[in-house]
Amino acid sequence: MHKQYIYITLIITGFAVFLAVPFISYHRLSSEHIRQTIEDPDRQELLTEELTSLFDKPIGSWQLAGELGAAMTRVNLRVAQSNGLHDDEIEALAGIMTTSGLSKTYLDSLLDKDKAALVDSYGNWLYGKVYDNVDEARQQLEALNHNLIQYEILPKQGFDRYRQKAIKYSLARASLQGPASSNPLLWDLLSFGLVILGALGLSLQMLQEPPGIKNNGIFRHPATSRKWLGIIIGTFLITFYIILYFYPELMTAWISLADPLSKALSGNQAGPFFLYGFLYTLSVLVMGVRMLIKYRFNRYQVVRTLSVMFFQTAFAFIIPEILVRLNQPYFDFKNIWPLDYDFFFDFEINKLLASGRLGIFMLGWGIMLSFIGVPLFTYFYGKRWYCSWVCGCGGLAETLGDPFRQLSDKSTRAWKIEQGLIYSVLAFAVVMTIGVLYTYFTGQAMWLGINTYTLREIYGALIGAVFAGVVGTGFYPLMGNRIWCRFGCPLAAYMGIIQRFKSRFRITTNGGQCISCGNCSTYCEMGIDVRAYAQKGENIVRASCVGCGICAAVCPRGVLKLENADPHNRSQPNGFIK
Amino acid sequence: MSNIVIIGNGIAGITAARHIRQYSREHRITVISAESKYFFSRTALMYVYMGHMKFTHTQPYENHYWRQQDINLIQARVSGIDTAGKQLTLANGSSLPYDTLILALGSKPRPLPVAGTDLAGVQSLYSKQDLELMEANTPGVRQAVVTGGGLIGVEMAEMLHSRGIEVSMVVREDGFWNIVLPKEESDLVGRHIESRGVKLLLSKNITAIRGQGRVQEVALDDGSTLPCQFVGITIGVIPNIDLVKDSPIEVNRGILVDEYLQTNIPGIYAIGDCAELRQPPAGRRAIEPVWYTGRLMGEAAAYNICHDQPQPYDPGIWFNSAKFFDLEYQTYGLVPASARTGADSFYWQDDKGERALRLAYNDQQQLTGINSLGIRLRHEVADRWIREGVSLEYALAHFNELQFDPEFYPLLNFTTA
Repeated sequence: MHKQYIYITLIITGFAVFLAVPFISYHRLSSEHIRQTIEDPDRQELLTEELTSLFDKPIGSWQLAGELGAAMTRVNLRVAQSNGLHDDEIEALAGIMTTSGLSKTYLDSLLDKDKAALVDSYGNWLYGKVYDNVDEARQQLEALNHNLIQYEILPKQGFDRYRQKAIKYSLARASLQGPASSNPLLWDLLSFGLVILGALGLSLQMLQEPPGIKNNGIFRHPATSRKWLGIIIGTFLITFYIILYFYPELMTAWISLADPLSKALSGNQAGPFFLYGFLYTLSVLVMGVRMLIKYRFNRYQVVRTLSVMFFQTAFAFIIPEILVRLNQPYFDFKNIWPLDYDFFFDFEINKLLASGRLGIFMLGWGIMLSFIGVPLFTYFYGKRWYCSWVCGCGGLAETLGDPFRQLSDKSTRAWKIEQGLIYSVLAFAVVMTIGVLYTYFTGQAMWLGINTYTLREIYGALIGAVFAGVVGTGFYPLMGNRIWCRFGCPLAAYMGIIQRFKSRFRITTNGGQCISCGNCSTYCEMGIDVRAYAQKGENIVRASCVGCGICAAVCPRGVLKLENADPHNRSQPNGFIK
Repeated sequence: MSNIVIIGNGIAGITAARHIRQYSREHRITVISAESKYFFSRTALMYVYMGHMKFTHTQPYENHYWRQQDINLIQARVSGIDTAGKQLTLANGSSLPYDTLILALGSKPRPLPVAGTDLAGVQSLYSKQDLELMEANTPGVRQAVVTGGGLIGVEMAEMLHSRGIEVSMVVREDGFWNIVLPKEESDLVGRHIESRGVKLLLSKNITAIRGQGRVQEVALDDGSTLPCQFVGITIGVIPNIDLVKDSPIEVNRGILVDEYLQTNIPGIYAIGDCAELRQPPAGRRAIEPVWYTGRLMGEAAAYNICHDQPQPYDPGIWFNSAKFFDLEYQTYGLVPASARTGADSFYWQDDKGERALRLAYNDQQQLTGINSLGIRLRHEVADRWIREGVSLEYALAHFNELQFDPEFYPLLNFTTA
């Protein structure tokens, strides 16, 4: 019996326990939870009324989320009915609108004070207009009523969608019960512990093999060649990201598993993004060990992998949590705008400005990194200094994603799509940030006819969550490990422009030694057709290259070398191949 | 405008086609191959078998490239050449006229003159079809014998080893590839191959291959037998000249060409593995069946076809490379297999005997050639040093300029040694 199978069994068992945790956990909601979660007494009372039938009964996460949503919708209906325009009020106003036209005086006489003020501020454009028939007037008023409820009444008295999402999560978290939340350490061992053990065991198995490039069977393995196992892994990752970003109330049992660590670091209970950071760091570390062993003969790979493991663990995970423990703002010192797209959001700036000298330093640090550090370092070392040495996204891609690097599309068609997409995202990030700053300094929400809050919300959901997370990582086993870095990351786009036009970095092609075998292109995670340059005796100078160095490692003839040198004539053919 | 037909789509033929197109949009270019429609890198076939790549990854150009370049590709077997009528006969019965013909026929495996080579499970490795045959031949195989101590042999051993097959290499010489490598290098490579789990049987020859329908064992000249279910015959390649044997095109071992790579028939060129230079440049062999010379000949033939003033084929300073399992080998210039440490060369090897360097020099202590194992060297520097004939002292003192290993690798320092 191969040891390998024992390790695989450990991984599968640990993973199965992890998947089972939400199903052996349940919720037991009480009025106390509602009192703790909702401050406003009116809302508290309304929601308690709607939820009494659920109190003190065991209920699953899925069902609880549904019940909470339904209850808040019912509350909203009641709030809307009592605070919005009533049918008789609409009738009365519609009548006026078909005869003499609306005015403030009519509103004050027909509606109570608050309602009259609301209609006055949202509907004063109706003043003086006379409609031919009642239906038309009624339609206008109903549309107005809808807006009043949506933008004024629900945020103030009911549950708008932001509040709903937050309350669903908080109530689910507060009411969580079950073995995993009562004894998280045990279940940590049974889930993460077994997976880590198995994964490390499998990695150590590689030591049995002599050092050297070991890609045997990659295109036959079900996980790494878009076959069934790859599809299962991809489906899991995609589902995980969708739950994380859009339905965190469904994953409270998993989150509770991270409580012991969170309490040890920041002193707080874990949240969805603490769990995410924990799993992320764990993946980088465990798969980083695998990378270290796989490439133990190649010092560039070893040093680089240690670097991403360090930056993820210290800078992205531990330091921010410790800052929180010290009552300082949560801050990732290595995250850089525009990848860190909310760096210039009002609440972030205000948070830093309110945090004394350290906050001001953080603000200055972030700005310096973006506008001085990035061009400077990229000039000297190429974008690799960040993408495959420091960045968290890059760190995950180079460790967890390493087994999938060969799945990136090398066609010229993919290259065109890449250029179209990545520079569009960069433009979007820049425009969005300018808009947000405009609003920050002028107080005007509207900029060039666009609501900057809407703009940043769209960016956050579409680019920040769906592109970077769901697609960027979820599609590792289907499209390779650098989908986000290649097609989406605005910072990579920004650095790419510098790398392409003004940098000392290049991949040198060694004279006429290329035999066109294609290992370099096959294993380029960025989908660069490295061979196309090497077989012409040209150096590789490409905006997208993240300098991971794997092309040079897998080359069987010593043709490629990542170098920083005199930037002149970087792209000149070397003359050995005509 | 000229109608140029190229037989063979390996690196020589394809390089010629691409370069003719670079020189002229006028010519009509057709490339015929029986092996595959699209150009692929023969050197990468092993990686397909080992699962590092899919076959499509071995194709250096996307299929639309050939349409863009207006290069016609035909997958067909040429069965005859009518040099007087200037046309080719294809195996499917059709014919193809040409104005200029380039023969890039490649090599074929040298046959092993013993009984039993027709048994199932006995094969060579050269073509895409050979690779497919190997895929079909190896499932269920536990033990394999590879005969021949050269580059393809060690590739085949690595391929089989990657599938968990026990491999024995039967080598005629008393050291691995020692017709090319000096003793120290040959020993080092031999140790490396054995350290990867392959049995190296030196000074042995296969006398017979036996089996019932399928191979079951091989007999060696020392009287022993090796049980095996697969035999790889990799004792070298010979020019593939069957097509021209009965034509007026002059041949010796290969198709004889002048310094412009033209055969005795004007308008017919031969390049790559199948070509034999009537007068090879000093220090070079008449037939050099390696990737790089195929490419250089393709470039040269294309130039001569497209220019009124042809230029003699100049292969420059010799270079070659290989990888034996995890051990990379590069060579530049002239390092005779007879090179002896101290007499005509400097040799260094690390403490573990895993990396080595040899700098060969002439009577005037000028550098003539370099062998390296496990150390990557910079082609441009090696080429310049050998052309200039720098001194051994200079080469050792400036070794860092030559070293091409990835960043963070320790730099070798010979100044104190």
